[in-house]
Amino acid sequence: MRIPCPICGTRDRREFYYQGAAELLHRPAPDAGDAAWDDYLHNRDNPCGETRDLWFHEAGCGAWLVVTRNTATHEVMGAELAEKVAS
Amino acid sequence: MGYSGFRVLKEGLLGHKGWKPVWRDPDPRPEYDIVIIGGGGHGLSTAYYLAKEHGLTNVAVLEKGYIGGGNVGRNTTIVRANYFLPGNSEFYSHSLKLWESLEQDLNYNVMHSQRGLINLFHSDGQRDAFARRGNAMVNQGDDAILLDRDGVREHLPYLDFDNVRFPIYGGLYHPRGGTARHDAVAWGYARGADQRGVDLIQNCEVTGIDIQNGKVTGVQTTRGAIRAKKVGIVVAGRSGQVAEMAGMRLPIESHILQAFVTEGLKPIIDHVVSFGMGHFYISQSDKGGLVFGGDLDFYSSYASRGNLPMAEHVMDAAMTLMPAIGKAKVLRSWGGIMDMTPDGSPIIDKTGTEGLFIDCGWCYGGFKAVPGSGFSFAHLMATGRHHEPAAKFRLDRFRTGRGLMDEEGTGSQHNLH
Repeated sequence: MRIPCPICGTRDRREFYYQGAAELLHRPAPDAGDAAWDDYLHNRDNPCGETRDLWFHEAGCGAWLVVTRNTATHEVMGAELAEKVAS
Repeated sequence: MGYSGFRVLKEGLLGHKGWKPVWRDPDPRPEYDIVIIGGGGHGLSTAYYLAKEHGLTNVAVLEKGYIGGGNVGRNTTIVRANYFLPGNSEFYSHSLKLWESLEQDLNYNVMHSQRGLINLFHSDGQRDAFARRGNAMVNQGDDAILLDRDGVREHLPYLDFDNVRFPIYGGLYHPRGGTARHDAVAWGYARGADQRGVDLIQNCEVTGIDIQNGKVTGVQTTRGAIRAKKVGIVVAGRSGQVAEMAGMRLPIESHILQAFVTEGLKPIIDHVVSFGMGHFYISQSDKGGLVFGGDLDFYSSYASRGNLPMAEHVMDAAMTLMPAIGKAKVLRSWGGIMDMTPDGSPIIDKTGTEGLFIDCGWCYGGFKAVPGSGFSFAHLMATGRHHEPAAKFRLDRFRTGRGLMDEEGTGSQHNLH
C-alpha cells in the first residue's frame, strides 16, 4: 500500500502512522454532552468500501493527511492535507 | 449417531459408507423464537447453549456463507485464560473450564490440547508485571507458574536466549493453555445445535432488521423474510454493517490480523510461545506446520489479507526469537477481519431495541472465547439477565467510562490495541 502525499509524492505505507476515521477532525463542542463525545471518540461507521481516514506522514514531511481509500480492496484513491479539509 | 472408537473401527471395516452428514440443510421457516445472525464459532455456540442450557430449540442460525468459513476457520487456534483485569479474568476462566469438558459435552473431537503456553519476558520490569499477572490468574483459580531463564530453557531449548535486544529473562507458564482444532470446534457446535433442533441456514445473508415500535420483529434475508421474537447479532468483523441495519453505530473498527503457516515439520515446538515484545506468537499444529502471527496491520480493512510490512515484521520477530525457523518455508499467509473495540475487550449486551442483542468486539482473541461467549450470550438472550462471568462486557462502558477493560494499559482509544 502506497499513499500519495501531496507534499512528498507517493510514499510507502511504512512512512505513515494511521490514526483513524477522518471524522476525528470534527470535534464536538466541550459542552456537547456525553452522547456526542461518545460518538466522536468511540462509535464508527466502519465502512466496507470507500473510507476517509487520517494518516500522519511520520517519516516524511510531518503532515497530517486525509486519505481516501477502499477498505475492501486496499486501493488508495487519493490524499489531501488535513489542514485544508478541516478549515 | 455418536462417535466412538468402536464406530471408527466398524466404519473402517465397512469402507466408511456409514458416515452421513452431521447436520441438516433446512430451508428457513417463516418464524422462529430466536434468530442468531452469524454462523461462526460464537453464533453456533450461542445456538447450542440456547438449546442445551435453556431448552430453546425454535432457533435459527443464519450464515451468509458456509459454516466454519469465517474467522473460526482463520485463527491461530490458541486457547488460554491468562487475563488480568476483573471482567476479562472471570470470563476467560469460565470459558477455559467449558473447553476442558467440551469434547465429552459435544461428543466431538475438537483436538483440544493443553500443551501449555509460555509468555516470555526480557527485563526486570516485565518480570514484575508478569508476576503480578500470574498472581491475578492464580487468585482467579487458574494456573500460572513464573519461570526463570533456566526454567524456560527446560521447556524451550531452541530459543535464542542471548539476543542482544531481547535477552530472555524468563516466562509466565500457563500449563492449561494450549490449542484446539478450530474447524472441529465449529463443526462440533454445529452438530450439537442441529441435533437439538436448531436450524442452521447457510447461504442466507441478512439484508435488513425489522423493528416496530422499538421492538425487533424479524429479519430480511436473501432467502426471504423471517419473523423472530429475539434476534442476536454475532458477526465479528461485520458487526458495523449489521448493526447499521438496526440504526446503530458501534464502538468498533474492523482491522486485519495476519497469520502464517510453514510446511509440515517434525515436532519442535511443544507449547504455545508468546513473544510479546516482538508482537509474535507461535505453536505447531498436529500436522506439523508452524502456525504463527503478529500484530494488526493497524489500518481499518475488510480485505482478509494484509500488506507486506507486517509480514516482514513477523518474519523478523520469528528470526529474533528462534533463528532455527529460518530453515522453514512459509506455506501460506492469510488475514482475518478483527472487530476492534477502543479498550480491546468484548461486548455482550442488550441494545436500545427490545429483543435485539449483540455479541461482538472480540478483537484478535475470539477463538478461545467461543464456548464462554456462546454460553453467556445464550444466558442473556434466554433470561434477559447478564451472565455473571460476562456481566462487565457492557456496550455503554465507553460512554460512561465505567468498567473499561484496557488489558494492555495503553488507553481506551481506537488504534491502540
